[in-house]
Amino acid sequence: MNFELVGRRCGTIILITTMLVLFMPGFCPAKYDYIDISNPFLRKIPIAVPHFKSMSASGNEQKISENGSQLLSETLEFTGFFKIMDHASFLEDTRKAGIIESQINFLNWTGIGAELLITGGILIKDGVIEIELRLFDTFKNRLLIGKRYKGQQADLRQIIRKFCGAVIYEFTGKRGIFESKIAFESTGPGNKDIFICDFDGYNARQITHTKSITLSPAWSYDGKWIAYTDYKNGNPDLYIKHLTEKRGFVVALKGVNISPAWIPGKFALAATFSFSGDPEIYMLTGTGKIIKRLTRQWGIDVSPSFSPDGHKMAFVSQRSGTPQIYIKHLDNEQVERVTFEGQYNTTPSWSPAGDKIAYSSLGDGHFDIYVVNIKDKQPLRLTCEAGDNESPAWSPDGTLIVFGSTREGKARIYVMTSFGTDQRRLLALPGEQTNPKWSSNITNN
Amino acid sequence: MKNLWMGLLVVVAITGLLFFASCGGPKEIETEPPESAEQADVSDVDAQQEEELAKQRALEEAEIMRQAKEAREMFLNEDVYFDYDQSVLTPEAQDILRRKAVWMQATPDVKAIVEGHCDERGTTEYNLALGDRRAQSVKVFLEDLGIDGTRMSTISYGEEQPIYPGNNEEAWVKNRRAHFAID
Repeated sequence: MNFELVGRRCGTIILITTMLVLFMPGFCPAKYDYIDISNPFLRKIPIAVPHFKSMSASGNEQKISENGSQLLSETLEFTGFFKIMDHASFLEDTRKAGIIESQINFLNWTGIGAELLITGGILIKDGVIEIELRLFDTFKNRLLIGKRYKGQQADLRQIIRKFCGAVIYEFTGKRGIFESKIAFESTGPGNKDIFICDFDGYNARQITHTKSITLSPAWSYDGKWIAYTDYKNGNPDLYIKHLTEKRGFVVALKGVNISPAWIPGKFALAATFSFSGDPEIYMLTGTGKIIKRLTRQWGIDVSPSFSPDGHKMAFVSQRSGTPQIYIKHLDNEQVERVTFEGQYNTTPSWSPAGDKIAYSSLGDGHFDIYVVNIKDKQPLRLTCEAGDNESPAWSPDGTLIVFGSTREGKARIYVMTSFGTDQRRLLALPGEQTNPKWSSNITNN
Repeated sequence: MKNLWMGLLVVVAITGLLFFASCGGPKEIETEPPESAEQADVSDVDAQQEEELAKQRALEEAEIMRQAKEAREMFLNEDVYFDYDQSVLTPEAQDILRRKAVWMQATPDVKAIVEGHCDERGTTEYNLALGDRRAQSVKVFLEDLGIDGTRMSTISYGEEQPIYPGNNEEAWVKNRRAHFAID
């Protein structure tokens, strides 16, 4: 566990994570069979998250305990894997009965259909918050995860996210999304500027203050750098900015300097420049020096997105007359067309598993999000009859897709599962929000 | 003065081109000297004639200025429109650009900025590229008409600066344009 990072960053106290379990199950048969990875959202796992128990029964503890259990429920629900059960259906009050295995009557939980149960205990002493959290399999009467966290009260959200990360790791063997962020454009400041929020829309903040048009954010693979286009010197120039240190690079060539996308695992990116008289995609170093030209067709070539291994690049090209998605194999220079339906297919986003590309397509006068399987090139439509839906981007674990939509009038940012279910708004800020991009899990930012 | 006469020549050429067919040509300027001049003595007549001529020149200059201003405003205000997802110039767009070329040839000191714009449909990045293509088509067309390429720069605003608000065909048609500004 690297939870001490929180303590270090906050400059507060050292946080500890202790495995509460003294005995681990001797064997873990079918450890990952809870969630069907092929389509985990068809059947959500019913999970009960009763209010945390206040260990010293102080008023402050009780308030934080309710906030904590609410936050835990929301964070788990966000993943799309779980169905959070209604507190009104609970037969047992864990605040009274107790939160450890021997004190829980699992029949009270299986009886209402809960397959999983999370209990929590909270103790606040001298301003320090101590939370113990346990995940139980109610049918197997077994403790799956037990952890204890210590921190400041302000660390509650991070503690909850840490535990959710452990829960998701238990079921999927993956790190989840809880340390990822989303960058987007917002017109709130009176012009388009770049904003960043946490994966769940929380903690939105403005990171450019240009008083000009600023757009197209792109995360480096490690989440430390962001590239974007900005008109602050009059022309659409490309900026490469370190998010925490005050340094960066500018590419200000004649014509447009737009649509950056980073190459996985490298301090390098691709972008479209039109200094040749035609918008073409180039590969450049993280410091903004052109390495090579990647497209050579007359007409627009734009919006690169790389496969996770970095060997292939999806992009939009007008070479057939209308904008369509193509893949370029960087090893042998071959180009294949991916989309064949519709007259306007743009903004490809390569899935983290490498097998699919999400994109937006114009049909019946509206844009919708599609996902195409690269092998059979069969597109699957994920949004429908809900305004214009554009600019899809995958979560780092590939389970969710963030996108822009005008379904409620103003342009806002929404999230859905990668199968198109559970569509919901991520956040609403003043102005309009567009063009979201999901970062990897950022451990030290 | 040399500039003024150059300007006069230019304006006459442009106004002829721009307005003659549609507006019936530039307005006639009063040139008849007043009748009373004949009865006055010679020096008086000379002085009066001088005065009248000065007035007349002032009027002419004002008219030249007005027409120059009009021509300049027309150059700036008359946008070139494009079909959906196209950067190819329509016959109407080419007509407008031919008029702009005349003006640019007549005002050799002017440097123009060609802005490429798109309607709000479609994606930000693609539209930035499309706006670039539109501005480029305009520039290349004017170069073919003999305007020096170094007198024109291009900038794409994509869908970021619609001139006409609204989520409908009427607005989209007006927003798919190349706009001229003077550097």
